[in-house]
Amino acid sequence: MSTALEHPTYNYKVVRQFAIMTVVWGIVGMLLGVILAAQLVWPQLNLDLPWTSFGRLRPLHTNAVIFAFGGSALMATSYYVVQRTCQTRLFSDKLAAFTFWGWQAVILSAVITLPLGYTTTKEYAELEWPINILIAVVWVSYAIVFMMTLKQRKTSHIYVANWFFAAFILTVAVLHIVNNAAIPVTFMYSVSLYSGTIDAMVQWWYGHNAVGFFLTAGFLGMMYYFVPKQAERPIYSYRLSIVHFWALIMIYMWAGPHHLHYTALPDWAQSLGMVMSIILLAPSWGGMINGMMTLSGAWHKLRTDPTLRFLVVALAFYGMSTFEGPMMAVKTVNALSHYTDWTIGHVHAGALGWVAMITIGSMYHLIPRLFGRTEMHSVGLIAVHFWLSTIGTVLYIAAMWVNGILQGLMWRAINPDGTLMYTFMESVEASGPGYIVRLIGGLFWIVGMLIMAYNVFMTIKRSEAATQQPLPQTA
Amino acid sequence: MSNFWDDSLSGFWSAWIIVLTLGSIAFAFWILYANRKTDKVPDADGNVETTGHAADEIEEYDNPLPRWWFQLYVATVIFGLGYLLLYPGLGNFTGLLGWTQEGQWEQEVARAEERFTPIFAQYQEIPIPELARDAEAMQVAERIYQNNCAVCHGANARGGYGFPDLTNDDWLYGGEPEQIMTSLVRGRNGLMPSFQTLGENNIENVTQHVLSLSGLEHDTERAELGASVYASVCAACHAPDGTGNTALGAPNLTNDIWLYQAPGQSVADSVRQTLRNGRNGHMPAQEAYIGEERVHLVAAYVYSLRFRD
Repeated sequence: MSTALEHPTYNYKVVRQFAIMTVVWGIVGMLLGVILAAQLVWPQLNLDLPWTSFGRLRPLHTNAVIFAFGGSALMATSYYVVQRTCQTRLFSDKLAAFTFWGWQAVILSAVITLPLGYTTTKEYAELEWPINILIAVVWVSYAIVFMMTLKQRKTSHIYVANWFFAAFILTVAVLHIVNNAAIPVTFMYSVSLYSGTIDAMVQWWYGHNAVGFFLTAGFLGMMYYFVPKQAERPIYSYRLSIVHFWALIMIYMWAGPHHLHYTALPDWAQSLGMVMSIILLAPSWGGMINGMMTLSGAWHKLRTDPTLRFLVVALAFYGMSTFEGPMMAVKTVNALSHYTDWTIGHVHAGALGWVAMITIGSMYHLIPRLFGRTEMHSVGLIAVHFWLSTIGTVLYIAAMWVNGILQGLMWRAINPDGTLMYTFMESVEASGPGYIVRLIGGLFWIVGMLIMAYNVFMTIKRSEAATQQPLPQTA
Repeated sequence: MSNFWDDSLSGFWSAWIIVLTLGSIAFAFWILYANRKTDKVPDADGNVETTGHAADEIEEYDNPLPRWWFQLYVATVIFGLGYLLLYPGLGNFTGLLGWTQEGQWEQEVARAEERFTPIFAQYQEIPIPELARDAEAMQVAERIYQNNCAVCHGANARGGYGFPDLTNDDWLYGGEPEQIMTSLVRGRNGLMPSFQTLGENNIENVTQHVLSLSGLEHDTERAELGASVYASVCAACHAPDGTGNTALGAPNLTNDIWLYQAPGQSVADSVRQTLRNGRNGHMPAQEAYIGEERVHLVAAYVYSLRFRD
């Protein structure tokens, strides 16, 4: 990269690296998702090979979108936001560079080991112990870079986005280390330190807070910077951000047991998971309200600014899925929804609608600025990407709602003699049309991501051409 | 049962959970309540002035909490506390309703038993051959079959690799009503030992002999050599003429049914594999899963397959 792009104060290099990898891993992760969706329509696409079977590609997909795509996006934006809002350079360029290369090494290890069948069998924590140690080292380095930068800030106040980033970084360190505590047996095999129900409870304490802190708190940090920036409006309410921040991080910690309703988990733990999930509704919505209301007085900008549209629609999907979550945590609802496609739909309302859309909006704001430009190469293509993503998400979640409720009802339907009305296979057959619609939704998404990649490529290419001449320092 | 499910906690841990839970809810409520009011006055646009701090040119208003949101928040806290009063949640406090998930399950099972047992009791009186001709009973039986047996034996009962076809006349353990009942109630363990110790040459000879038993193409010289090995090693279970023994579940080797012939595999290769490695067939006992009454119906269903198209 040309030295003319270097900011006089801030370390933009590591931000640029993570931003580019966000797009790359986004395409990889979502392409895997599309392949898996196609396998559910045409199982022959498993190719009868162990490495390409659904069971091995599925954890690769989840790891790629959560940790490779989401993780790169969070690191890019948190490094950018903490520097700009603290008016100081990142704590250590070397350590920051280590977090980039270390994180890419983690992802590469996942890409190799998961298809080979190495797995701890813990959902979203499938990687084996040597990789887990690398993750812990990289993550602690990330925490040091971020927290030390905060400490060295030139401003008196710590901006709200940084509260969320800090909470996300510290909590994920704790979650990762506790859940992956294991006794190594061989180089690529370990046994969890916990057994039975306790193992399940630790896993879902981790699993739900991976959602709560990685996919919610972290991305709320992103939202709190890029929404007011793109809208050029003040944040709606400082006090609302205080209330919902503390309530959110306090209550999320408790919600994990709702993944274990009607299991060997003791009743009291199940109830606490359900109650706290319901109390979580208002704190979750606090972030949506603060983002949405920040736009008051700037709604007209949505007509011309597809980047802002990405950010706002992300907030809408966030609001929807944080309502859906507490509802599904209610035992009676869960008895119908659990183990069905409804859960998959709920996850993707969050993952596509919220996480991916807030990331894409933020990247469209961020990438031109990182490469010395004021705008992306083509605003028109951002608009195309916006519609592809929105329609793709709606197709996806609607298909999974229909499938989920269909499955839940078919599984519990009984004849007058008490026998089950449908066999499991019949419910699989009935799910076929939904799987096709879901695949179409996924295709919308991957096409959108490829358009984004082209737009990003052209933005960078033009910027390199432009740096032949002296560059006006932007924002 | 009640002891098995007993997950009561020691007094300390119970208190620990109660204090942490109520403390967390109290904190969540306090942070809301403490921020409910602002003494600042809104400006002309209806926004309360900024906090005065700006980060990277982002300013922050200090607007009051939306009223509907405040009320929603309070409502969920009240619901939560109410739920913890009625249901188990606060440590060893069982809740005023005395609800448990085991209790709910037992209640639902008892209700189902009461409703459905008479239906199955009435069928149990009828002997299997007769029941197999009762179209209505066979409809009920087929549903039980599809939900419990089809996963191995197939929706059409034609079996598959390693899973017996139930529609033909070849019965590993016999096709009489009592024999089918025994297979279902007690399950079956079919064991063919590995004969690797015979050596590859003998295995090949026996393979050729087995192929000759059912009239398949074979090497006559080797088959003759294999005959003596067969007589001394295999005949005890599979009978001297190869017709098998239903008392042991030893398959008939003279017909064209090969349970362990994998898709695309030749019969010869399948037999060689069986001789080298042995086989383990396992039919799980069904009584514990679906109860004797339903087993009786399923037995009749399996019996009925012989006079269906």
